[in-house]
Amino acid sequence: MKELKIERIVNKSEADTRKLGLELAEKAEAGDVIALIGDLGTGKTALTRYIAEGLGIKDTISSPTFTIVKEYKSGRLPLYHFDVYRLGDGEELLDIGAEEYLYGDGICVIEWADIVADVLPEDAIAINIEYGENEGERIVNITR
Amino acid sequence: MKNGKFLTLGIESSCDETAVAVVANGRELLSNVISSQIDIHTEFGGVVPEIASRRHLENVNWVIDKALVDAECTIDDIDLIGVTYGPGLVGALLIGVAAAKAIAFAKDIPLVGVNHMHGHVAANYLEHPDLEPPFMGLVVSGGHTNIIFVEEYNSCTKLGGTRDDAAGEAFDKVARVIGLGYPGGPKVDKAAKEGDRNAIEFKRVYLEPGSYDFSFSGLKTQALNYLNSERQAGRDINVNDVAASFQEAVVEVIVDKAIAAALEHNQKRIVMAGGVASNSRLRELITERAAEHNIEVLRPSPILCTDNGAMIAAAAYYAYQNGERSGYDLDAVPGLEF
Repeated sequence: MKELKIERIVNKSEADTRKLGLELAEKAEAGDVIALIGDLGTGKTALTRYIAEGLGIKDTISSPTFTIVKEYKSGRLPLYHFDVYRLGDGEELLDIGAEEYLYGDGICVIEWADIVADVLPEDAIAINIEYGENEGERIVNITR
Repeated sequence: MKNGKFLTLGIESSCDETAVAVVANGRELLSNVISSQIDIHTEFGGVVPEIASRRHLENVNWVIDKALVDAECTIDDIDLIGVTYGPGLVGALLIGVAAAKAIAFAKDIPLVGVNHMHGHVAANYLEHPDLEPPFMGLVVSGGHTNIIFVEEYNSCTKLGGTRDDAAGEAFDKVARVIGLGYPGGPKVDKAAKEGDRNAIEFKRVYLEPGSYDFSFSGLKTQALNYLNSERQAGRDINVNDVAASFQEAVVEVIVDKAIAAALEHNQKRIVMAGGVASNSRLRELITERAAEHNIEVLRPSPILCTDNGAMIAAAAYYAYQNGERSGYDLDAVPGLEF
């Protein structure tokens, strides 16, 4: 991903989350891996939905918790949306054939990425989302 | 053919379960083997894990063998092979598809690829021998929440589905939030029996008027916000009340939409499927509301509600009767639409 700012931002509302998602989508390049880390309800799926919107994907982005990964190919780049909540560790992610996605032709967005951190590429972009002080507020840390 | 009956071997490996069944004449269950339900540790000297395609690979041969043995037949008695080719996990699907193609080729048996969702609906043909289309289908599980109008055996239309979390997933997540643990469905169901379903007002999300789609993601946030505000106010949280109130919010929307769909399409039967069809409050409320409109509610037994090979065999049988055949180029389609 080009010119990604390493930063800490405070998202006041879902509109800010959308802005971040669209920005990530605009800068995304094939092979990018975005690792989302944050508690239940912090908006990981919401952010993914806005990344998809930014990529021009028209499909409904429903939760992949049950199937682990869902593929969307109607946008500028293929989007591979993972939710590894049900997995135990990185080994299990590789067991389902994830390498082809991680080093593939699209971008991978991985929810609960801390569970599988050991097998993610070194240049993965980590996005930590935490609850802010006020309702609807989120503190977002972007590192790589 | 055995004893004059047409035998279908159904293979399902789209997600966690490696499952194989033998079904006679599309309706009669002869065997139904689901890998995770067998104590392989004692029977085969290993451990049954889930999810991984590698593990489907380890399972698939003995699950097929056991399904044939349980059905008291051999592969030479099988007239048709049905296999799930999507939607699901690509690695998992491929194992079932490859196994099905290999047997079909080696034994020259016709092959039909089945959509997993069609399979869930077909589970009811096994449970209710007299059931025939048309009817309104309601598939609610950990991965799906769909209202499906089944016009004929091989023709159905998806009227609505989830836009975010599936119903079963919402149960799992809220169960986690209130500390009930996994699997959330049965635990919330149990706790809810001791709780007051009107204690907390969770929003019923109906989306646009006339829509048969669902959205359950917001409920999880509502539950979290409720718990936070109660904790901040220093009040005790009654887990049973939260469970009952949350469950009611999910169940009410599902029931209202399913009945509205049945009425709009003049259907007198609602046929349920999927793991959440076993939820006691959903069963109670849908039966009660449906009766007001003279609508009958059917559902399969719990074993046929979860992922299984029998439903794939039943769906394959009717597709085959309709002239459908798959070639040896059948491929797994992870994102297969309904």
